[in-house]
Amino acid sequence: MKLLDVPQRLGEITLGIMRALGHNAAFFTELVKNVPAAVRRFFLVTAQIHAIGNYSLVIIVASGMAVGFVLGLQGYYTLSRYGAAESLGLLVALSLVRELGPVVTALLYAGRAGTSLTAEIGLMKAGEQLAAMEMMAIDPKQRVLAPRFVGGIIAMPLLAAMFSAVGIFGGYIVGVVLIGIDAGQFWSQMQNGVDVFDDVGNGIVKSLVFGVACTFVALYQGYEAQATPEGVAQATTRTVVISSLAILMLDFVLTALMFSSL
Amino acid sequence: MGRTAPLPRSTNQHWAPAHRGAGALPRLNSDIFLHIDHVTFGYDERVILSDVSLTFRRGSVTAIMGQSGCGKTTLLRLIGGTVKPLQGRITLQGQPIDPDNREALYAMRRRIGMLFQFGALFTDLTLFENVAFPLREHTALPESMIRDIVIMKLHAVGLRGAADLKPSEISGGMARRVALARTIALDPELIMYDEPFAGLDPISLGVAANLIRRLNDATGATSLIVSHDVDECFLISDYAYLISAGRVVAHGTPEQLRASNEPEVRQFIRGEADGPVKFHYPAPSAEVDFGVPA
Repeated sequence: MKLLDVPQRLGEITLGIMRALGHNAAFFTELVKNVPAAVRRFFLVTAQIHAIGNYSLVIIVASGMAVGFVLGLQGYYTLSRYGAAESLGLLVALSLVRELGPVVTALLYAGRAGTSLTAEIGLMKAGEQLAAMEMMAIDPKQRVLAPRFVGGIIAMPLLAAMFSAVGIFGGYIVGVVLIGIDAGQFWSQMQNGVDVFDDVGNGIVKSLVFGVACTFVALYQGYEAQATPEGVAQATTRTVVISSLAILMLDFVLTALMFSSL
Repeated sequence: MGRTAPLPRSTNQHWAPAHRGAGALPRLNSDIFLHIDHVTFGYDERVILSDVSLTFRRGSVTAIMGQSGCGKTTLLRLIGGTVKPLQGRITLQGQPIDPDNREALYAMRRRIGMLFQFGALFTDLTLFENVAFPLREHTALPESMIRDIVIMKLHAVGLRGAADLKPSEISGGMARRVALARTIALDPELIMYDEPFAGLDPISLGVAANLIRRLNDATGATSLIVSHDVDECFLISDYAYLISAGRVVAHGTPEQLRASNEPEVRQFIRGEADGPVKFHYPAPSAEVDFGVPA
């Protein structure tokens, strides 16, 4: 590559990025514009909440329980060194509702429901189902994508709540049942230390934002996938990679904003 | 296989190879339903259709034939407004089809039914729900009436008994028939068939061809068949266009095309390997690729 080619190449890359961002923004705007229509036909949304949320419950519950177990053990190990083992309930609850619940749920959602959405939309495109819908004068963004978008946004906080609840129960099993911490201390510390708005509320906000990000990425990748088996496979992979990175970056930004508002 | 209803034949059509200039379009002086007027389309440098003009009469069955990749399906996309011509215009009953005017385009699409090559059935719905889909989306009919219409449409394609099956549980030929039932669910004025005979067994092929003709005659719709199946197309069509390399090379009634002495028409109709249309994609000489004299 010649020296003079470098600025040209940089320019091409920049233009490519700007074009992709613009395309994403236009797609997102169209999706949001179709949300009211999807809400009006709420039976389409409930079907998606069922498909996205209900079928993700097993992995969410199993992971929540495992994370709760580990938090119970690690938390007890750390807290007992400072003579604060009774605060285990508070530690487990705060860790889950503020951070781990929304983040791990979103990562699991990206892997379980996000890939499923991308593959479904991509295969609908490959099978000309979306084109057939277009030819029937039915907007696939309104009929297919928007209900999934709304369903995903609603399902994510519910799944995160389930994850946190099961995780706290896991922490209880380890801390109270196995290690022998006083149950009253476990629950009362949690009750006193967890704030509904600052902690639970922030967790819900995070979940909603992750729900928007993950579902959007999954739908966009599916809709823009090349209509071939390789195209759908690549789109599915991109969904997991982009969603995971987006979740981690958004988590940092949201946590920083939430800390600064304290 | 014979026709089941008398065909509406035009009395004033005449055939002429397109490149003969003035006589390029059929002289159809009554009730032109769809008109493709000097349309050119392509992607970047690649021209797919070059200055093509076609006319479709109300109530007629018109075949668009040509070898694979000649631009037949692109023509359907242009009519459906999925893509926009680079030049020229397409009018449906005098109204231009404008892909940029979404509202008008959707209103126009409600008058069109399209049968996709592989059916494009919604795989998460039963056959009944597939046929009911456009009715539920576009009408406020009571469920009992939708049921009656769907059962009638499925009966017309011989699949009333399969209403509760999923698309994954039926054969490709059956899927195409269900897709046809869905296509005609709203009784469209224009029905476009993309390769309706591809991959069908002889029985299904005969039934499908017969069905297209009967549907057209019964509903008074205008039908447009994109296919390279010469025999079936000629059997049920009133008029046919032959496209090659993005150009209309000939058009006329099936009888006129069969009688044509034009080399491209003869080669296509008789399925000859040698002729103006090359079978091989442009490539370096065999000598270069294989290292032996060709």
